[in-house]
Amino acid sequence: MKIAVLSGKGGTGKTFVAVNLAYVNNDSVYIDCDVEEPNGHLFFNPEIIQNNDISVKIPVCDNDLCNGCKKCVLFCEFNALAYIGDRLMVFDKICHSCGGCQIVCPQKAISEKDKTIGHYEYGYSNNIMIKTGVLNTGETTGIPIIKKLLKDDNYNTGRDIFIDCPPGSSCSVIESIKDADYCILVAEPSVFGAHNLHMVYDLVKLYNKPHGAVLNKCMEGENPSADYCKKSSITILESINFDKQLGLLNSEGKIISQESEKYRVLFMSLLEKVKSGMKK
Amino acid sequence: MKQLLILSGKGGTGKTTVASAFVSLSKTQAYADCDVDAPNLHLINHNNESYSSKEFYGLKKAYINPDICIACGLCYEHCRFDAIIEGEIFCVDTNSCEGCAVCKLVCPVNAITMKPNIVGALMLYKNEERVFSTAKLNPGNGNSGLLVSEVKKQMKNNAKEDTRVAIIDGSPGIGCPVIASLSAVDMVLIVAEPSLSGFSDMERIIKTARTFETQIILCINKYDINTRITEQIEKMCEEEQIEFVGKIPYDTSAIVAINNNRPVTDYEGKASDAIKQIYIKITERLLDKV
Repeated sequence: MKIAVLSGKGGTGKTFVAVNLAYVNNDSVYIDCDVEEPNGHLFFNPEIIQNNDISVKIPVCDNDLCNGCKKCVLFCEFNALAYIGDRLMVFDKICHSCGGCQIVCPQKAISEKDKTIGHYEYGYSNNIMIKTGVLNTGETTGIPIIKKLLKDDNYNTGRDIFIDCPPGSSCSVIESIKDADYCILVAEPSVFGAHNLHMVYDLVKLYNKPHGAVLNKCMEGENPSADYCKKSSITILESINFDKQLGLLNSEGKIISQESEKYRVLFMSLLEKVKSGMKK
Repeated sequence: MKQLLILSGKGGTGKTTVASAFVSLSKTQAYADCDVDAPNLHLINHNNESYSSKEFYGLKKAYINPDICIACGLCYEHCRFDAIIEGEIFCVDTNSCEGCAVCKLVCPVNAITMKPNIVGALMLYKNEERVFSTAKLNPGNGNSGLLVSEVKKQMKNNAKEDTRVAIIDGSPGIGCPVIASLSAVDMVLIVAEPSLSGFSDMERIIKTARTFETQIILCINKYDINTRITEQIEKMCEEEQIEFVGKIPYDTSAIVAINNNRPVTDYEGKASDAIKQIYIKITERLLDKV
C-alpha cells in the first residue's frame, strides 16, 4: 500500500506525520518527494547504500551545421531558445527537455547532452528504507526526480510505502500522489491552514483518492481546519495537540515515536485507522 | 519603487504572518502574494473585499482528434512526459501534458491540435490608496513560474509612481515559483525557523537567492522553540555576512490574530513587538540602498 502525506500549506507537519508512520509501521519505505527541501533523512539518518545523479536532456547546437533558419526557436513553446548574433543560445533552466528542437531542425544541427539537476539517495535506518530526492539549487523543476523515486520499484515491492509530498497543490504534488492508495491531509488550526486544506481536499477529490485529515498543533480556542472538516465531511483521523516538548524534540530531528510511548501509541492508532480507511 | 521579497525555503516558518504585518505597518501602496500554489495573504485584511479577477492561461495542451487518429503510435513514442495514453485510438493525459507540441509535430495525419488551457486566476485588489496583486493556481497545474511573473507585473503596472516600497510574499521551496519571484527584487528577507529541517532549508534558499543580484537579510521566527539552533543560525549569518535583523518569539497571539483575519501587529504581545522592531530596521536598510 502507498500512503501519501500532503498539506497545501508548508510547515504543518507532513514530514513529522510521514516519518513517524513509516517508523511505527516498521519494514516500510519512506519516500521524500519534497525534493526542493527534503528533510525526512534528517530524522532517520540513514546509511546510504546508493547515490546517483539525475539528469535531463538539454539541446546542444553544432554551429557549423546550423544555418540560422530559427525553426527551433519558433517551435520551442518554453522560449528556451534564442538566435542571437550568429548562433543559437540555449537557456537550459527553462528548457523542458521535450526534444522538439532536435526533431524540427532541418540541418540536423541539434543533438542532446545530459545535464544533472539533482540526485537521489537510498539508504537504510534499521529496516526502514529511506529514499530521498534532492534538487540542485538554481534548478526549477524536480518532477524528473520525483518520477524516478516513485518508479524505481526495486525497493518498493511488497512493503508499505509512505510518501512525503511537497507543499502546495501543483504538478509536483500530483506526481507524488498519482499512485497513492490513500492520502493523509495534514492541517494547522488556523485560517491559513483551513484555506490550504480546502485546496488539497479539492485535489484528492479530483483524483478520487481515499483520504482523511490529521489536525496538528491543536490548541484551545477555535480551529478553522476542524470546522472545515466537519463542513465538508472529511474524516478527522487524529488531532495532535501543540506540545512544546514535542516541538523541541522534532526540531532536533528526533523521531517522537521512538522517544515517547504516548506518541508511539498515537501513531500506531493512526496507522490502523488509515489502513481500515483504505479498505472501505 | 524598492521591492522587498519574503522567502523561507521551508514552509510554515511565518512568511505570510511577517508579510501581512509589514503591509499593515508600512501602509505600503503596493504588495503581492507570489505563493500562487497556496496563497493566503488575501485572508488578512481583505477577507470581504471585492476584487477584479481574470483567467490565466498556461501553455496550451494537446488534443487528439479521435476521428483522424490512425493510432500509429508516433506521438506516444516521442512524448517525454508520459502524457499520451495508448489504445485503439490514442488520447492525452492533460495533467501530464506540458504543452511542448512535439506530438503535433510528429503526427503524420495532423490529428493533434493545441488547445488553450486555463490554469488559474489573477486577482487585483485596488483602491485609491494601494494595489494588492495575487493569484491562485488551479489544483494540479504547472506554469506556476509564469503566473508568479504575471502577479509581479500586475502589481508594478498598477502601482502609483510615487510608491516607495513594495512587499512581496513568496512561496516555499527553491524551484520554479521562487526563482520567478526573485527576479528584479531589491532585497530578500529570509524568515528562518530554528529546527534541523529549518536550518537545512534555509541554507538551500540562501544559495538559491545568492545567484541573483539582491541583498539578503534574515530573521528567525519562533526562535525560542530551540535556542541552540537559533544561536547556530545567528552564527551562520555572521560567517556568511548576511545581516541578521532580529528574532521573533513563539506567541499564540499570532494565531489568534490570523484567525481574526488581522495582522499580528494589531495585537499586543512579544511577537508583535519583535516584528515592529524588525520592520523599522528593514525599511531603514531598504530606503538607504540606492
